[in-house]
Amino acid sequence: MALFTLTKLTFREASRRKILLAAVLLGVVFLVVFGIGFSVILNDYKAHTYRASASVLEQGENLILMAGLYAVNFLTVMMTVLTSVDTISGEINTGTIHTLVSKPVPRWQIILGKWLGFVILLTLYLIMMAGGVFLTSYLVSGYMPPNPVAGMVLLWLNAILLLSVSFWGGTRLSTLANGVMVFGLFGVAFVGGWVEQIGAFFQNQTAINIGIISSLILPTDALWKRAAFEMQTSISNALGLTPFSSSSVPSPIMVVYAVLYLVVALALGVRAFQRRDL
Amino acid sequence: MAENQSPAIETHGLRKVFGDKVAVEDLSLKVERGEVFGFIGPNGAGKTTSVKMLLGLIAPTAGTGFLFGEPLRNFHVRSRVGFLPEHFRFHDWLSAGEFLSLHADLYGIDEKTKKQRIPELLELVGLAEFSNRKLREFSKGMLQRVGLAQALLNQPDLVILDEPTSGLDPVGRLHVRDIIRGLRDRGAAVFLNSHLLSEVEITCDRVAFVKHGVVVQTSPLHTLMEEEILVEIRLRPVLPEVVSGLSQWSQKVEADGEVVSLSLTSEEDIPAINRYLLDHGVNVYALQPKRISLEDQFIRIIGMDGGL
Repeated sequence: MALFTLTKLTFREASRRKILLAAVLLGVVFLVVFGIGFSVILNDYKAHTYRASASVLEQGENLILMAGLYAVNFLTVMMTVLTSVDTISGEINTGTIHTLVSKPVPRWQIILGKWLGFVILLTLYLIMMAGGVFLTSYLVSGYMPPNPVAGMVLLWLNAILLLSVSFWGGTRLSTLANGVMVFGLFGVAFVGGWVEQIGAFFQNQTAINIGIISSLILPTDALWKRAAFEMQTSISNALGLTPFSSSSVPSPIMVVYAVLYLVVALALGVRAFQRRDL
Repeated sequence: MAENQSPAIETHGLRKVFGDKVAVEDLSLKVERGEVFGFIGPNGAGKTTSVKMLLGLIAPTAGTGFLFGEPLRNFHVRSRVGFLPEHFRFHDWLSAGEFLSLHADLYGIDEKTKKQRIPELLELVGLAEFSNRKLREFSKGMLQRVGLAQALLNQPDLVILDEPTSGLDPVGRLHVRDIIRGLRDRGAAVFLNSHLLSEVEITCDRVAFVKHGVVVQTSPLHTLMEEEILVEIRLRPVLPEVVSGLSQWSQKVEADGEVVSLSLTSEEDIPAINRYLLDHGVNVYALQPKRISLEDQFIRIIGMDGGL
């Protein structure tokens, strides 16, 4: 099936253009830095809180781990947008797409084939990075957070959501305009998330509403907050405002909304690509 | 219409409008199997847009078109079509062999056939020893050759070539001509979009002239070339009454010193003119018939303004 030909091609492109190599090498550097940092901070923490109870210790370990995952989430977002933003619009712009689309292949297979290639790439990247953070934490201190799988699935959903939005944009906009749009939406969700978080802490309903609206515009921040909620200790969650957690936890309905958002963005992208002149 | 009788290309009033700009006004043409069809016109006449409509890259605003009797939007019919796009921009991080393999996969060609056909095609376009070289290291001419090999992967019944010789050296052009002849001998149709009139003159059976997105004339190349014969006569003495008497054969008689030029519609007029001149006491020093070139025809049909 032509769809898988495009999936393979996408994978091969990432490898030939040294994207895989750069991602793996810098990913390893990231994990090493994280591991050393974790161990140094943990030892210091243990030394200062000599009679720290197990739960206080766990609190510290969880905080460091969440800091690592916060960075991983951000890197995955960057990775998603930077690698995918040019894949449709770039090939349309150069005319490379002409030899593909003039083949006896329906257009939806070309776009979904590429999309699937990126899904596999991002899945591997996230397994390496988030999995690496869990493993590092486990090796350094024997600590594992609650619900690591649910957390990772939510981070994955976040990446695939952005990927689908970037594909949609790529069928209609130039590469630069698409990049500006995707990062712009991400920025709205990000700042809205913070407004909501602080607003919730002070129980300001307007601020909470701003956050909810921004999550409807793009639910990336909501997905991160939900992932954090799953993986944090119950103390952190009860405490409310920490850098990574939220006093207003996005409901599972927001996760469903994100899945729908993803599907609709992808479907609109496929439709636009089917119809547009190339 | 029986499948094996329908023409390779048939369009009726294809039209494409981008915003308020009419790119193709009315494209109506028919290309039979086994013929090399030249599609010529000035830049901006809508040639590339027309080609893109034929391949389903662009949806027509109006009109209908068929390839082998199948509507243009039916992508299945493209399994019988090979296409070399104009700027040959390909995935340049692939090697020539990988590039052909990718496109063979898109044609749905099985592994066994692929293994046999790819080396054959690389050989055909003269790139046999470059199979493992990356396309990014290829010259423009080499890219065009590998693009042509790509257009032949499926042993097509119709090959659409958009400016196929524009980047090629003389040897490459000869190569392309041979390949086009080979396709015709096999019974395939070739649609050649070109502004290089000398190429069209050499390779094509029929030509369509396009101006402002309209096919203004379609003729077999040989009748087009025989329609008009330009004759130059060097004579002495130049007697005005004799020269004006030449107008019985041609409406266009021009005298420039001792050289008189006129255009004829039949070759049989030449000995008659010679006799007439001698009978009227005029000596003929040279009498040179010249076939009118495609370029002259082009300018006559499209106009000196280039159809702009």
